[in-house]
Amino acid sequence: MIFDSNAFLIIFTGALIAISCGFLGVFMMLRKMSMTGDAISHAVLPGIVIGYFVSGSQRSLEVIIGAGLLGILATLMIEGLRKKAKVQLDASIGITFTLLFAIGIILINLFAYKVDLDQECVLYGEIAYLPIDLWITKSGLNLGPRVTWLAILNFLFVVGFIYLLFKELILTSFDEGFSSVMGIPAKGINLALMSMVSYTTVSSFESVGAILVVALLVVPPATAFLWSKSLMPLLRLTAALGILIAVLGYYLAYWLDSSIAGMMVTVAGGFFLISALIKGKKPSWLKGTTKVESPLGI
Amino acid sequence: MDDFIYFFTFQDPSVAWVVIGITLLGIGSAYVGTFSFLDKKALLGDAISHAVLPGICMGFILAGEKNPIYIVTGAFLSGAFATFLSSWLKKNTKLSEDSIIATILSVFFGVGIVMLTALQKSGNPEIAGLNSFIFGNAIGISESDLLIYGGLSLTIILVLTLLLKEFRLMVFDPSFGKAIGFPIESIRFLFNVLMILAVVIGIQAIGVVLMAALLITPGAAARFWTDRLNPLLILAALFSVISGILGTYISFVLPQMPTGPWVVVFLSLIALISFLISPKSGIIFRFLSRKKYLRKTHRDHLLKALYKALEEGRKSMTIEEIYELYPYQKKEINQSIIDLQKSKYIVQSQNSISLQEPGVSEAMRIVRLHRLWELYLNESLKIAPDHVHESAEQMEHLLTPELEALLEKRLNFPSLDPHQETIPREKNDLR
Repeated sequence: MIFDSNAFLIIFTGALIAISCGFLGVFMMLRKMSMTGDAISHAVLPGIVIGYFVSGSQRSLEVIIGAGLLGILATLMIEGLRKKAKVQLDASIGITFTLLFAIGIILINLFAYKVDLDQECVLYGEIAYLPIDLWITKSGLNLGPRVTWLAILNFLFVVGFIYLLFKELILTSFDEGFSSVMGIPAKGINLALMSMVSYTTVSSFESVGAILVVALLVVPPATAFLWSKSLMPLLRLTAALGILIAVLGYYLAYWLDSSIAGMMVTVAGGFFLISALIKGKKPSWLKGTTKVESPLGI
Repeated sequence: MDDFIYFFTFQDPSVAWVVIGITLLGIGSAYVGTFSFLDKKALLGDAISHAVLPGICMGFILAGEKNPIYIVTGAFLSGAFATFLSSWLKKNTKLSEDSIIATILSVFFGVGIVMLTALQKSGNPEIAGLNSFIFGNAIGISESDLLIYGGLSLTIILVLTLLLKEFRLMVFDPSFGKAIGFPIESIRFLFNVLMILAVVIGIQAIGVVLMAALLITPGAAARFWTDRLNPLLILAALFSVISGILGTYISFVLPQMPTGPWVVVFLSLIALISFLISPKSGIIFRFLSRKKYLRKTHRDHLLKALYKALEEGRKSMTIEEIYELYPYQKKEINQSIIDLQKSKYIVQSQNSISLQEPGVSEAMRIVRLHRLWELYLNESLKIAPDHVHESAEQMEHLLTPELEALLEKRLNFPSLDPHQETIPREKNDLR
């Protein structure tokens, strides 16, 4: 068990990403759109590849723009398939993300000579290389790891987004009809949230991988949801879980010598399972025989 | 081109084997997938396909090599555990179904990734084959693998065909099935087993991430062409076989290309084309029929206006008068005038328009339907006379001759509508 600056950087970055994802995930979950989040995180792949191809660098603005556009495209495509072609929601999600992800993989293979993107890296990233990937300015000033800066920026964006649009997000999540009556553009808010999700996916995919972003979007909010009954505790608990997951995930991965991001998800899954076992309905033999449920709830 | 001929004439027995394998596999997963699509559980397949990854790794660890039996068993067990967990969570927690599916999918996949990276660092040379499970590699399937996968596919197809009635009941009306004594719970259990099996054998060719497409897309595409279950299943199977073979061909020609993504792209192409051009429910068809209907309503409105003028004793109307009646619809009115002149319902001389013989009875019919409906709403549904016009405005285009006869009979062939206007019939016409 060691704690040095590298460990701190990795845990710090992992926690920031987990908290950003968790905050967005809470609202996705409340809108019953967790699977849409999953779809978006798959669907940004072609945008990343094209942005990379155009700019020749993995860390350029084009990549973020491309991924953002693809994320919005995926949202629109799901909506379009559902409304215009009248495909049921689960199928339109399934068709959209598999198609876009497949195109992304094909593009990676097509541009393999120029785009140094690894399929596996896109899937599960590598946060362990973070301390050696430094952001050095032209004058040679070392500003520390690039990915950490990205995570901080992303975190600030997400927190700012939620802080500014808190009322709108709550209203549109809980009562879309009422919010439209109040004059809040529910569709616009929705698209903004989806854009934030795609942006978060892009800025984290290098470190945790496109698919494991999904886990951070979904699992901590779902775990916290089992324990809380109102929004603020839900958000707080999600953030706490994010930090806990990053710390435990790092040390377990260090101990077992495996993927840190994967281990973070595994830890998150462990928390989820324990919470579900504690908070889920108990089988009747655990309750004993004295407690008889009154019929008709009287 | 040589590649094309070489591939599709199946000179190479290994190509033939792979094509047979892909065909069986495609049929099996399309069958299962169509049922789960109809059951509105399409994304459960996605969860299962991600969830088999830890099982695959476990099978690999236990066997120490890429042994299909160990891998299939491991994958099956972890898929089954995921399915069980998702139904348990749904029953026992307050989480919504999509959060549960997304949670299971990502957690199992994460665990799988941990095991995979741990395995990669173990330095076992066989591990390279394991990566092909993530994106699929149909060409890499060996003959001994094929016997197992093909056999399992055949089993799935056979069971689904033999128990078609039971599964149909499970999908369309489980409570009725229960009422007439079918063990729906066991049928559902069997179906879940088949679905997991289909996923387990499918990932070999398509890969973990994209397996969902092989389950969802064929059924969704075929649904646009038919409303009956048997043609639906056959069509879905056909779509998936075609794309499966095309995808295999691509990765045969370009060996660095994984099979899965290409199969998915071909499948999605078929699906998108179906969404666009299918008769009845396709986007283009629905757009056109809506346009046609709107044109008819505009024609009806014009005829109605002319008939009302006739009732007031004027034989013709000027175009400006009509424009005033329906403001902001100049373009539509001009179109209607052209249409109606073509069918000889009206004639236009200079600026004035008058009804012609066949047009009068058509106009009469529309006005009659309008007023009959107003009267019906007023008399039978007790709606105030000043509230009935809006609904009649819509219904006049929709009422069929049968409904008209029924209304006439029900209202006892009335002569006046709630606004004390005559309900026009051929015998008391104004000509």
